[in-house]
Amino acid sequence: MNYFPDEVLEHVFDFLTSHRDRNAVSLVCKSWFKVEKWSRRRVFVGNCYAISPERLIARFPRVRVLTLKGKPHFADFNLVPPDWGGFVYPWIEAMAKSNIGLEELRLKRMVVSNEGLELLARSFVNFKSLVLVSCEGFTTDGLAAVAANCRFLRELDLQENEVEDRKGQWLSCFPDSCTSLVSLNFACLKGEVNLTALERLVARCPNLKSLRLNRAVPLDALQRILMHAPQLVDLGTGSYVHDPDAETVNKLISTFQKCKSIRSMSGFLEVAPLCLPAIYPICSNLTSLNLSYAPGIHGDELIKLIHHCRKLQRLWILDCIGDKGLGVVACTCKELQELRVFPSDPFGVGNAAVTEEGLVAISFGCPKLHSLLYFCQQMTNAALITVAKNCPNFTRFRLCILDATKADPVTMQPLDEGFGAIVQSCKGLRRLSLSGLLTDQVFLYIGMYAEQLEMLSIAFAGDSDKGMLYVLNGCKKLRKLEIRDCPFGNVALLTDVGKYETMRSLWMSSCEVTLGGCKVLAEKMPRINVEIINEYDQMEFGFDDRQKVDKMFLYRTLVGPRKDAPHFVWTL
Amino acid sequence: MENKVIYEKDLNLEATELRLGLPGTKKPEKQAPPSLKTSNKRPLPDMNEESGSGNNSSVSDDGKSHRETAPAPKAQVVGWPPVRSYRKSCFQPKKTEAEEGRTYLKVSMDGAPYLRKIDLKVYNGYPELLKALEEMFKFSVGQYSEREGYNGSEYAPTYEDKDGDWMLVGDVPWNMFISSCKRLRIMKGSEARGLGCFL
Repeated sequence: MNYFPDEVLEHVFDFLTSHRDRNAVSLVCKSWFKVEKWSRRRVFVGNCYAISPERLIARFPRVRVLTLKGKPHFADFNLVPPDWGGFVYPWIEAMAKSNIGLEELRLKRMVVSNEGLELLARSFVNFKSLVLVSCEGFTTDGLAAVAANCRFLRELDLQENEVEDRKGQWLSCFPDSCTSLVSLNFACLKGEVNLTALERLVARCPNLKSLRLNRAVPLDALQRILMHAPQLVDLGTGSYVHDPDAETVNKLISTFQKCKSIRSMSGFLEVAPLCLPAIYPICSNLTSLNLSYAPGIHGDELIKLIHHCRKLQRLWILDCIGDKGLGVVACTCKELQELRVFPSDPFGVGNAAVTEEGLVAISFGCPKLHSLLYFCQQMTNAALITVAKNCPNFTRFRLCILDATKADPVTMQPLDEGFGAIVQSCKGLRRLSLSGLLTDQVFLYIGMYAEQLEMLSIAFAGDSDKGMLYVLNGCKKLRKLEIRDCPFGNVALLTDVGKYETMRSLWMSSCEVTLGGCKVLAEKMPRINVEIINEYDQMEFGFDDRQKVDKMFLYRTLVGPRKDAPHFVWTL
Repeated sequence: MENKVIYEKDLNLEATELRLGLPGTKKPEKQAPPSLKTSNKRPLPDMNEESGSGNNSSVSDDGKSHRETAPAPKAQVVGWPPVRSYRKSCFQPKKTEAEEGRTYLKVSMDGAPYLRKIDLKVYNGYPELLKALEEMFKFSVGQYSEREGYNGSEYAPTYEDKDGDWMLVGDVPWNMFISSCKRLRIMKGSEARGLGCFL
């Protein structure tokens, strides 16, 4: 197959951006494998324990951009004990030792230490981009090391991390020579920042396109910063609060009017409603708006704001907008593609929440909608059927009824038919989260129709092993399955063990699976790590195969049981 | 001791136990977070299933009573609703910040049809506060003395402190007063005089 010199092959492969395409290409023949291997710059590792850093480096010696994911998704909801794992240090250490020319590191749900950040900052001369999502384990001292040493840093993007704020001067650690920043997001930091240093940093970075400030940046500082960066495309405001002083608000309005490039806004961590109208001039150009951290904005204020946002494609909002507010969204935001409605009061009962009405209105008004996360008080089958008919293009559909096993309040029936309509109509559905009263029937539908489904989240649903079996047998493209509090047991777990090698991972907690069942699985599948996570009864556990397993996490791996497992994790 | 146990069983205390919910319905038994118990996988659907197994006409009623009594246990389920802990932690501090910033207190006056609210932080001391109260409720508070309280008036300004006791306004230093005062009440008549005079 060697019609072309390697350089030509490499040039052709450059056009392949998707990981899957490059993976496929490397399987064609030995020479393609070789060329692909040496030209591969971007590597995505969906589970950091599926492969070791050393093997990754051996396989792709010229990697420049690495994405790593650590903890299972349910760790977001406190279902995984802290110290479970997901440490990035070994990866940074291995790459530093092997002189990898790392330029970008993107981590999700991993434990990052200051030592790791310091090693990173010292070891990779061309390091350009650090993106940390839902990570933890580091302080602002680690950030200071990155700021001080990464001379060509373009991107520092911290999203929803738990960072211990040492109230140090990490922002001041960017040297005066640093002028390369394109993206700076520190919205999740809780402490004070040196406002002067921030202003000067922004002023000397002419390519800055994305800036997300934290709570400690007040309105007047925001106004001054914006004066230095009218070219911003994405802005996260800090604390959007001010005493109703006409002068500052007017200054802000005129500053915003100069920022003609802003297409995306977020922040509003605290908001004085009187200041909100200042952004109306920008609203008409916004394609993305995140107000989900602004509980202080009243429903009426939100509605007034939405009226100005006709070009919105992505909207993240709190449920205090109400069904009525969602109706306004439906009438105004015809380009809407992604909607997330978060609960403003997760444990409240009937407080300013949204219901099926809001969702139905959206489905009528926004035919381009393909991604949804919706926390609501209740849902009906009729509504879901209507939504399925109006929006057949869903790729992500996540519904969370606050009362986890609530039936259709009109018919008192389970929501099987409603979700069945969704999977039948949305042929491109890749991600689905269920809630409400559900029987095995919904899983029959999912197995039958959800042909493209890759990720499924189930809680408090189903009647028997049949439910889980429908899914495992039917969803050929399933990669991640996470289940909690469902009556699925050993029969469901063990009927088709080969399936798990086609998937990234399976999480089961508070189900009917026993220790014995897990042992059988682990024995049959040596390339699957079956982890039993048992925080509580450590001495009692381990000797009775009939005992039900509280939390099980299994994943395919090429490197066997991990060596960094804590004492409460037992790999069978 | 054994006799006593048998005796209690015969009494069928369960039947006479006071409960919320319609007669004949079973109280939801599982309240603890399910993830701590390996045998307890679905506390919430069990509640609904119990009500569903009865005849249809009681299903919706049961649903209502479950909803009314149930919210507290549901709030204890670990990891539900699935909101990221980061997001939850962003909202909780908000309440305390708001509470710290404001010191609006209720002020009631005996005989007045409705209460008022004032912000204590606006005032620099007792004279200002008392003057404001006098104007607000159209009364006169008289002359304060440590020994005799408020003289020359039918009224006495009092406040409820952190311990729940009703105290006379003016006895303690101003700053101590602001930090311990939870609400104000302008007492009238004999009750007021009783507070002011310690014979």
